[in-house]
Amino acid sequence: MSAFWSAWVSVITLAVIFGCTWLLLATRKSETHKEATEETLGHEFDGIEEYDNPLPRWWFQMFMATVIFSLGYLVLYPGLGNFQGLLGWSSTGQWQEEMAHAEEQYKPVFAKYAAMSVEELQQPGNEAGLKMGQRMFANNCALCHGSTGSGSYGFPNLTDTDWLYGGDPATIQTTIAHGRQGGMPPWGAVLGEEGIRDVTSYVLSLSGGQVDAGSVEKGKPQFQALCAACHGADARGMLALGAPNLTDNIWLYGGAFENVAHSIRNGRNGVMPAHNTLLSEDKIHLITAYVYSLSNKSGVGISRL
Amino acid sequence: MNMIKHELIEKNIGLMSLLIILVISGGGLAEIVPLFFQPSTTKPIEGLRTYTALELEGRDIYIREGCTVCHTQQIRPFRAETERYGHFSTANEHVWEHPHLWGSKRTGPDLARVGARYSDDWHRAHLYNPRDVVPESKMPSYPWLFENKLSGDDTARKFEVQRALGVPFTDEQIAGAQSAVRGKYEIDAVVAYLQSLGKLHTNYDKVR
Repeated sequence: MSAFWSAWVSVITLAVIFGCTWLLLATRKSETHKEATEETLGHEFDGIEEYDNPLPRWWFQMFMATVIFSLGYLVLYPGLGNFQGLLGWSSTGQWQEEMAHAEEQYKPVFAKYAAMSVEELQQPGNEAGLKMGQRMFANNCALCHGSTGSGSYGFPNLTDTDWLYGGDPATIQTTIAHGRQGGMPPWGAVLGEEGIRDVTSYVLSLSGGQVDAGSVEKGKPQFQALCAACHGADARGMLALGAPNLTDNIWLYGGAFENVAHSIRNGRNGVMPAHNTLLSEDKIHLITAYVYSLSNKSGVGISRL
Repeated sequence: MNMIKHELIEKNIGLMSLLIILVISGGGLAEIVPLFFQPSTTKPIEGLRTYTALELEGRDIYIREGCTVCHTQQIRPFRAETERYGHFSTANEHVWEHPHLWGSKRTGPDLARVGARYSDDWHRAHLYNPRDVVPESKMPSYPWLFENKLSGDDTARKFEVQRALGVPFTDEQIAGAQSAVRGKYEIDAVVAYLQSLGKLHTNYDKVR
């Protein structure tokens, strides 16, 4: 704050406080009675008169108390322009203190688990670490993946072993930290409605769906030409691209004929947001361990909700 | 003597009004007026950009639907808030907000940094029926956003008004305003607006 504005604020603030004090004292001085009286001020409106009483003592004292409080406050806390107050308090400073205090308190806890690998965290004795991961999952991930991690339409189930981008600890960590951007292009214009039907039939047949055999025959070469590049010739998907396995009867966007046809016609662009700007590395580590535990039941796990 | 002064004020409504204004303006002069002249409240944060036409329309729908009644857009400097919502809000993020949408009551969570926090698909599902993705939610559903289309008739005018208030919208933006939003669904605008919010401060550096 420039010297001018600092002076502006200080002068007005003090002028208001002292102005009010002066007004109070001047009014009190001009009182004609020092004690309660039956005498009136002499004017009357519609039969209403006004006693010529002094200010009540309790009221006067409370007013003076607020003046003294405000002056004390301005000495201790910032309020007068650039004067920071004797306590040196600031809202940012208070926040930094809170953060430092929490860091001191929780750092050893996080450090203990940060030193362990995700696999180690699955072992007995580390349930508390997984529990921390579970809490953070509930706060940050459950909105999409559900409180049990079982996902919903468009949001992957994390409790099965069907992974879009890979289910090893390092990949899960990368997914949480940096996010993912799905990129299935729309094929409606290329395939036409009949082509979409044929490819849909073929895709559903891979998961044992009951579909028209002739349509499957026609869809197969089109699948090999257009879809195999990402989903693989065997349609078992490709982790590097997040292209799902189409042979396991697990469907992110529904496995009904029209659901699959819609995906082929319009494409899909599922997004997992990056979390590395919001969560510390240690927290992401624990969430990774929790997510890993959901599908790797060999570890100790924790009681599921 | 004093009695005369007393009566002078009480019986001259003009004089009394003047003195009342003088007394009550003290707080505003000391607390509000200086903020119009501080770089920390008037200079935009580095990287701040103006809204696109779609985002601006989304912002108006956000106002129309009363989102500010339940959602604030200001994160206070408390650990509990910065842990949950991200870095606390700063004045320089909001210099081009007319009107600002800080709100004063949280029934739902703060949205100051909701941009890029969830996917577009999540927002669409959530606005259509919040309980589809958050079972315990008590937020209302907004299905009509998926039916109503934007005409864009007023978009250019909105840009002009914002520019008159000091937001540096360009002539190109104003010229292309209507075609940028015409025919789009309201939900597209709202999601675009939400995804634009609060990405200039983060708890942690992106480079890790």
